[in-house]
Amino acid sequence: MKLYPRQRHRVLQVVTKLLIPFVLLFGLYVQFHGDYGPGGGFQAGVIFAAAFILHGLIFGLQRTRSVLSPTALRILMSLGVLLYAGTGLVTLLMGGNLLDYDVLAHDPLHGQHWGIFAIELGVGVTVAAVMVSLFYGFASKR
Amino acid sequence: METLVVVVLLTFLAITAIGIIVLRDLLGAVILLGLYSFIAAGAFVVLDAVDVAFTEAAVGSGISTILFLGALSFTKHEQKKRGHDSFVALLFVVVTGALLIYGTLDMPHFGRIDSPAQTHPDLAVRFIEQSGSEVGPPNIVTSVLASYRGYDTLGETLVVFAAGIAVLSLLGLKRRRPEDDMPEDTPDHLPGDPLSGNANENQTHY
Repeated sequence: MKLYPRQRHRVLQVVTKLLIPFVLLFGLYVQFHGDYGPGGGFQAGVIFAAAFILHGLIFGLQRTRSVLSPTALRILMSLGVLLYAGTGLVTLLMGGNLLDYDVLAHDPLHGQHWGIFAIELGVGVTVAAVMVSLFYGFASKR
Repeated sequence: METLVVVVLLTFLAITAIGIIVLRDLLGAVILLGLYSFIAAGAFVVLDAVDVAFTEAAVGSGISTILFLGALSFTKHEQKKRGHDSFVALLFVVVTGALLIYGTLDMPHFGRIDSPAQTHPDLAVRFIEQSGSEVGPPNIVTSVLASYRGYDTLGETLVVFAAGIAVLSLLGLKRRRPEDDMPEDTPDHLPGDPLSGNANENQTHY
């Protein structure tokens, strides 16, 4: 994929610059509002990744890489899985079953809320990092 | 009315699928694949599966189209022509398809309220009646995915992670490449055609 930025794409660049903050905000909304409406970690991760992919397509891979380096992506990728599995481990250590969030707080409903929050965040981080690094992998090898 | 919308959407879905098979131009096929996912997402919305529609629209018609385009840049845009059509293969496909359709005859009919999944006391009935007091979130899908079936979702996340690692170990993820530092306005390709990398240039880099 040829990803060199061009002067002629000025309109695209300006529109993208305006668009990306809203895409990221929508990703956060989908992530943290998934309990109440449609959405959740997976969808939010994909939307978040889409913002970075859009940036990479319009401004060139090099500039996106300076924002979000491949090393950081690799760490984030594993961090999400660790957050998910770690939540399961914490519930085990606190005397519950694996991923039984009731034990995370005094009130079972609060525990459930915390647990779902943590694991959805883990899913979102992993999915976003995997999607962006897949894009890097395909786009940088020509 | 709802049935009519679903029928129209499914008809479009079938037409798009046939179009993908018939097209030899791979770029067009990839774009049609994105359209296919988008129509499927529309059908899911009509069937009240909003979460699934969301995922289908974001992943199917968004990310995977981009990734397919990326994969296309490794190869040619035209599908290779086959010398002959194999009737054995056609027979095999028809028999397999007929067996699959025969298998669906045993399944509960579309939208039946008395299907086992709807009436089993530990499945839909319990999720709808108890999830508010047991888990909390108003979105029952989130309750099921994150809490009742948290172990499955952990597995799904691991699958995504494993897929990411697998692709990265195949394609590699270079830290920095000299070509990426090229100045703006490099007059190597026509603008508006970002995928027109020619085959020779692809060869020289690796």
